[in-house]
Order: sequence, then structure tokens, then C-alpha cells
Amino acid sequence: APQNIVRYSFKERSYKSTSVVDQMAVHFVLEGNLLHQDSDEARRLRAKEGDDSGEDDRPDSVASKTDKKEPKLTNQFNFSERASQTLNNSLRDRCCQTEPPPRVTFSDTANQWKTYDMYEMETEKQEKNKDKQNATPKKENDNSKKKMMLIETQSDTITKVLKPAKILERMCNQNICDDIAQDFKYFEDVSDEFRDQKGTLLPLWKFHYEKAKLSVTALCWNKKYQDLFAVGMGSYDFSKQGHGMLVFYSLKNSAFPEYIYPTSSGILCLDIHELHSHLVAVGFYDGCVAVYNLKEEGQEPVYKSTAKTGKHTDPVWQVQWQNDDMDNNHNFYSVSSDGRVVSWTLVKVRYTNTLIIHLCLDSNSRCLSFTVGGTSFDFHKHIDYLFLVGTEVGQIYKCSKAYSTQFLETYEAHSMAVDAVKWNHFHPKVFISCSSDWTIKIWDHTINSPMFTFDLNSAVGDFAWSPYSSTVFAAVTTDRTVHVFDLSVNKDQALCQQTVVSKKKTKLTHIDFNPVYPIIIVGDDQSCVTSLKLSPNLRRTPKGKKRQELPKGPETEVAKMEQLLRLLREPDPTTV
Amino acid sequence: MPTNYAEVEETLRRIQSQKGVQGIVIVNSEGIPIKTTLDNSSTVQYAGLIHQLVMKARSTVRDIDPQNDLTFLRIRSKKNEIMIAPDKDYFLIVIQNPSD
Repeated sequence: APQNIVRYSFKERSYKSTSVVDQMAVHFVLEGNLLHQDSDEARRLRAKEGDDSGEDDRPDSVASKTDKKEPKLTNQFNFSERASQTLNNSLRDRCCQTEPPPRVTFSDTANQWKTYDMYEMETEKQEKNKDKQNATPKKENDNSKKKMMLIETQSDTITKVLKPAKILERMCNQNICDDIAQDFKYFEDVSDEFRDQKGTLLPLWKFHYEKAKLSVTALCWNKKYQDLFAVGMGSYDFSKQGHGMLVFYSLKNSAFPEYIYPTSSGILCLDIHELHSHLVAVGFYDGCVAVYNLKEEGQEPVYKSTAKTGKHTDPVWQVQWQNDDMDNNHNFYSVSSDGRVVSWTLVKVRYTNTLIIHLCLDSNSRCLSFTVGGTSFDFHKHIDYLFLVGTEVGQIYKCSKAYSTQFLETYEAHSMAVDAVKWNHFHPKVFISCSSDWTIKIWDHTINSPMFTFDLNSAVGDFAWSPYSSTVFAAVTTDRTVHVFDLSVNKDQALCQQTVVSKKKTKLTHIDFNPVYPIIIVGDDQSCVTSLKLSPNLRRTPKGKKRQELPKGPETEVAKMEQLLRLLREPDPTTV
Repeated sequence: MPTNYAEVEETLRRIQSQKGVQGIVIVNSEGIPIKTTLDNSSTVQYAGLIHQLVMKARSTVRDIDPQNDLTFLRIRSKKNEIMIAPDKDYFLIVIQNPSD
């Protein structure tokens, strides 16, 4: 054992060497549980246990005891190991596979316009959300929107094709009628230069709707869309009255009308509103007037007069839109052979928040009555209250909207019914009238006798002032001829007299100038409308002396007419 | 809307009856023909080829200016003219021989 073991003594706070070293090391201690039989301890134990059980140690004596079951002590060394194997269940593999989620290969290029589209869609969505929040107070809007949505969802892809289909139809038509379109735009008759003042008409498209076997009774160009015109169809024959038809053609598609409105009664007249070109006023043979709205779907007029609202009792011969009145209501006038000129107003009535527009007869002061039936009228272009009425007996009355009982002037114009009467577009004093008594007369409304009289040797159906010159007008006669006059060139004769339809039986009924292009449309009684281009001679602008063009404009046109009239007023031997 | 549908049918019928029109095909945005007046093989051919062409043409137009869009495409060829009205969901092809 080592001699120099030191231990720290806490008592003395220093290391102390330990002098005594235990020399014994115990490696293993096991308390035995065996006792010698004869030892004292064993005897004591036996004495103690003897209270509980007499003979503990004897295994054979345990079995004899019945009341006390002791676990049978087994001989630890007497055992045998026995192993057995259970039947192994045969292994089985089972697997299942779910249907694979659908996969698509997707490739795309993100270019600028796709990004742009996405942004557009996003802003639209945001705006819609904003709208929705705002829309709660106004329910009306919401409803209509819902309706729109419904309609949209109902329509199927095929119906979306409608608009492109219509455009393609026009394109096909343009391909077919390419030569006509070229003529319309570019052809100028060079032979006019050698023809000395005379002119010709070049036939362009023919418009014919085979389902309508009626007479063309009214023509009107749309002022806003200069390729569109309306055709009213009905019959002038008293014994052949039946249904009528209102159709709209575009020069871009001569094969088929743009709009078709069948009517129960024959149409006799129509007028397209100058500013609101979707509104079309129509007068019927049965005395009704109606307003069609091209923007609305459906075949029925939006407004129609009834017997209750005071419709005419005889055919309505002419309708004409007026400027909106003080309350911004649209209004128009109609004239009928029952001898009344009636003003109709589309009145907006506010009725529990819904807007109802109905046709209403103006107060009686505006309703003029004559003893004879009116057949035509025209309102002065500048003087708002002044208008002319042509009658069945051939007289023309100059009337004012202010007086309903008397006329400002009576002109003994014709010996038969006045078919049409129209103010000049430029000169405020001049108007023109035509009649079935073969004549056309030009008047100064301050003078009681006609300034010019032309005899066309056939009943005159209709005429029209040209929109580009104050002295040019065209007329159609029943013998299939179109007459074009330019008073500044020739005061006595027409510059052009041309038969424009080939069939012998056909009668021409109406004519109208296009507001912009140098073409006219002519309607006949076979429901056919022909468009004709005026040759350069028929639309010459007055030249100055040194081949300078005079300034264009209404002033020059007025002056041109004025010059003509002055010639007549001063006794001039060359004219009369 | 049945009335609208009838109107479309009517318009298509009129186009078909016009002079020189050889066929009308309506193709959806995937290039699958919906309606046709041509025979099967040429319909498939026209639909597939023109679909690609329209996509390329539209891409060209819109890449130059994203606010712009292709509205019509006319191909004048020796034998005929192919007119295409493309839209977002479909396009309409009309083949016409104008000199017929």
C-alpha cells in the first residue's frame, strides 16, 4: 500500500497525510441464504416458522394437504424442451393502383399581348366588383344586367358567329359585284365632255327582296350612315291593299336587306330621324303612324298610334320628323287624306321610376284640319313654323304651325292631286311640287304663280332636290323614266332622260338622292330599288370665268338660284 | 336563343347560295370544326392549317401593338379567295371563287 496518501481535512483546512491504511479489500460479498441445520439461527427460524406451517421443507407432505394449495415446486433440472412450428400462412401480394390524375402537356409563350390581356381582364374584374358594390341601391340596372347575362349564357357559339357572318356575306357580295363597286367609286363617264351638257345615269346595284311582291311606296336615306336606306312597301292600288313591309338595305349588301319588318298594313311613307338615325317614323294605309327603333329587337314597332290616341281615319301620305321640342321630346308630323295634319310627340312619362314612352297627340291647337285631304307636306328648312301642304284637289296651302284654322297662302298648283311638295335645300323661298297631271312646278312662296313649269309627258311619281346643288333636281315618271334637271344649265329641258327599268309594265314610284355620294335610288312598283350614278355633267359645280372654281357652300348655291329667279322676275325675252 | 340561331343559319345559307362560294367552315378556338359545308377531309385540312395561320397572324398583329387585334384575314389566291373572320372563341372561314 502507498505510504504517502494525503486527505484534505475540512476541520483543519489543510492536507493531512493518512497514517493508517486499510489493508483489506473486499472483492465480493454475498449474503447466503443457506443455514446450517444445526445452527442456532436455523433453530430460531424453525421455531418462528413453526407457527405458520409445520413442515415447510418437505415437498411430499404438501401434496397430502388438501385445504392449502401450494404451488407445486418443480424440479428445475427435470424438464424437456419441446418446439413446434405452426403452419406458415402462404404469402400473398396484393397491390392496387389509383387512376392517375389527368396530365396534359402545356406549353405557352408569354408575350407582351398575353400579359396585356391578363391585365385587362384583371382590371375588368375589379371594376365589376366595384360595380357590384355600387349597384345595390339601383336595382333596375342590376336586373337588366342579369337579363343580359342570362341571354349571354343561353346563346351558344354558333350565335356568336352572327356578326362575322354578316360581314362575310358583304365581303362575298363585294367580290361578286366588284365591278359595280369600282364603278360606284371611280367611274366617271368620259363621254360626257363631248355630250355638251347632257348627262347619263349609270345603273349600279339593284335591290330586290323576293319575298316582298309589293310596290315601293317610300324611300329614305339614312343621314348618318350614308350607305343605308329605308324602303317602305305597300300598294297604291285601292283594291289591292294588304300587308306591307319595311326593309333597310345597305349599299354594301345588295343581295339581302339589313333589316326586315313586315307590317299588317301597307306602308305609304317613312322618314328617318336626322340625328337619331335608329328612329324611323312610318305612315300606314290604314291611318296608323308608328315608330320603329332599329336598336330594339323584334318585328313590331316600338310606338304605334291607335284609334284611342287619335289615329288618322284615312291613309297617311307623309310623315316628317321635326326638331326636338323644348322638353327634348322627339316629335313628328303626319298628313292624311282625312284632312288633318297631326303632330305626334314621343312623351317620356316618369311613372314610379320606370320610363314609359308613348305616342301622344299634341294639344288640338297643333292639329290642323282642312276640308280636303292632304297628300303631302314639307316643313321649311329655316323658318320653323312654316310649312306647305299639298292636297288631293291640286291646291297647295302655305300654313303656319301657329294658326290651325287659316292658311297663309293658297296656290292653285295642279289639276290633280299633288304627289309631292318640297322646299329647296338651299334657297329659303323656293319650293317645288309635282302631280299626276304630268307637270312639275317650281315656286317662289311669295309669288302666287309658278316660276317654272315642266311637262314630263307622263304622271310624275316623285322628285327630289339634290343635296349638292340648289338647281339640280330629279324626278321619276310612271313611264319608267328618270329626269334630271339642272336649272342653271338648262331652264327648259332635262339634262338627262333615261329609261332605267326594262320591263314594260313597271312604273317608277319614288326617287331619292344620297346625301353624300353622287347616286340616286329609284323605286318601282315591282318592289325593286335601283341605284344609279349621276354622270359628271349632272353634278357640275359652277365654274368661274377664269376656270376657277367658285367657293362652295350654301351661300353660292343660294346665289345661283337667286340669279335664276332674277332672270325670271325681270322680263327677259329669252325665257318665259 | 332560337331566333338568333335561326338568323345565323339563314345568313350562312345565304352566303352559301352566293355566286362562287365553295364552302363555309366554322372552327372553334382549338381548331376543331363545328360546322361545315365542305367534305370531311378538306374541312379538317382547312381547319387545321388556317387555325395555325390565324394564330400566327394574330400573334404578329398583337405583338406589334397589344391593343390591336386581328379582325379579318383575306387570302387572295390564284384559284379562290379565303376569307376568315377570327374571334376569341371561334372563327369563320368562307372560301369563294370570285371569278366563277
